[in-house]
Amino acid sequence: MKYMLLIWNRPGFTEELTERERTALFGEVDEIMKELTESGELVGGQALADPSQTRTVRLAGGHPEVVDGPFMESKEQFAGYLTVDCDRPQRAAEIAARWPDVRFGGALEVRPIMDEAGTEM
Amino acid sequence: MTDDRAVEDLLRTLAPQVLGLLVRRHGQFDRCEDAVQEALLAAATQWPGQGVPDNPRAWLLTVATRRLTDEWRSERARRDREVAVALREPAYAGVAPAADAEPTVTDADDTLTLLFLCCHPALAPSAQVALTLRAVGGLNTAQIARAHLVPEATMSQRIRRAKQRIEAAGARFGMPAPGEREERLRTVLRVLYLIFNEGYTASSGPDLHRVELTGEAIRLARVLHGLLPGDGEVAGLLALMLLTDAHRAARVGPDGELVPLAEQDRTRWDRTDIAAGIALITEALTWSPPGPYQLQAAIAAVHAEAPTAAATDWPQIAALYRLLARIAPNPMVTLNQAVAVAMVDGPRAGLALLAPLDTDERTAGHHRLAAVRAHLLELAGEIGAARDAYLAAARGTTSLPEQRYLELRAARLAAQR
Repeated sequence: MKYMLLIWNRPGFTEELTERERTALFGEVDEIMKELTESGELVGGQALADPSQTRTVRLAGGHPEVVDGPFMESKEQFAGYLTVDCDRPQRAAEIAARWPDVRFGGALEVRPIMDEAGTEM
Repeated sequence: MTDDRAVEDLLRTLAPQVLGLLVRRHGQFDRCEDAVQEALLAAATQWPGQGVPDNPRAWLLTVATRRLTDEWRSERARRDREVAVALREPAYAGVAPAADAEPTVTDADDTLTLLFLCCHPALAPSAQVALTLRAVGGLNTAQIARAHLVPEATMSQRIRRAKQRIEAAGARFGMPAPGEREERLRTVLRVLYLIFNEGYTASSGPDLHRVELTGEAIRLARVLHGLLPGDGEVAGLLALMLLTDAHRAARVGPDGELVPLAEQDRTRWDRTDIAAGIALITEALTWSPPGPYQLQAAIAAVHAEAPTAAATDWPQIAALYRLLARIAPNPMVTLNQAVAVAMVDGPRAGLALLAPLDTDERTAGHHRLAAVRAHLLELAGEIGAARDAYLAAARGTTSLPEQRYLELRAARLAAQR
């Protein structure tokens, strides 16, 4: 079963960390990625650029309009994702619980990915 | 030019035989498995153009053995440079198959032993599936990865890890102890059925490069049935797969939508598969105590024998589900039983069977429960409640075709109101 772990955090929160904290944080991420690679659970993942680089397209006056800035004006922003293929849903949540952003006030959403296959009903 | 398809079939049949021989001779399942994969790749590249060698198995064995000795040689050279060790490199090509050297063990034994090894209890189901497809099925990592929609590196790592786990668990290349054999065979059947269901896709626009897992599961079940003709559950599983796969052409509509069993065009069912499946299960039930796969196959056979959905022998199906629920109690069985009971005794009777499932943690909130309830509520004429249940099921499923189907049912009911 494939899950996408959506990483939400406060943009720029790493700027406030000490060098030691930063090293620890990136080290933890590397370690989790290494573990997932070795276990054959990692399917993919991407980190996103700062939200200030975002452009949002939405309908304005019946036409799509492009505006600078993210879709939601919230303190936490979508920062990246990780796709994993796990045997149990609990395992996906376990991975999310270890992601260091959570410790710094961020959140991870664990969302099942839709499958192209289906059974007869 | 040799037919590519024929070459592939030949390679896939020979793969477990060559691997079995190699492991028995040298141990080191992990390395032998890699060596056989390389030999298969070499054959797949060369044979279609150059023709199949006279003794294809000996050819594969020679190439795989050469890989192994090359590897050992370089390793040994690295480890101790002082000692020159002459490594024996058996030359199998052109001579009698090497199996003659071990006359007591047959290829059939090896294939079965490999199946048991790949379904080792130390492995998670996804690892058992991947390893079975590669070591017994002879598929390469790229094919297995594509079939599971994961990157090749991910699948490669999963297979490597699985082989390490097996070695770490101290598994030997041999039959499980007599006390474990039965349990292991059940695992093998479960893994084959898992492969079958993974491939039982209803999506439209088939990817031509996607390996047919359904077909591979049937092929392996057929091999297993050939090895263990006296096991009723093996026969039952093969029959169940054939009878289910017979619906292939009818279960997806022109726009890629799922067509439920009751609405399928039965003239499009594969009659050859159905005849084979019915013959298998009918014969098995005459001598084997009925197990879960046999009963499911028997149910599928009753469906297959009905010329129209309306002509289905529901009392017979309900009786088979009752038996199945008794020998293998499982809430998913109860779900199907409820449908059969509803067809015999009315939707209220079916709905009553569903009630306890709301508090069973295996089914509470499960989309299948909501979908069956929706169907029975619809039959009972409770349109509003049926629609709510269809929508709940649509939100709960992680399958796109199922979601489309369930939303469509809900929309039809909304139009009726």
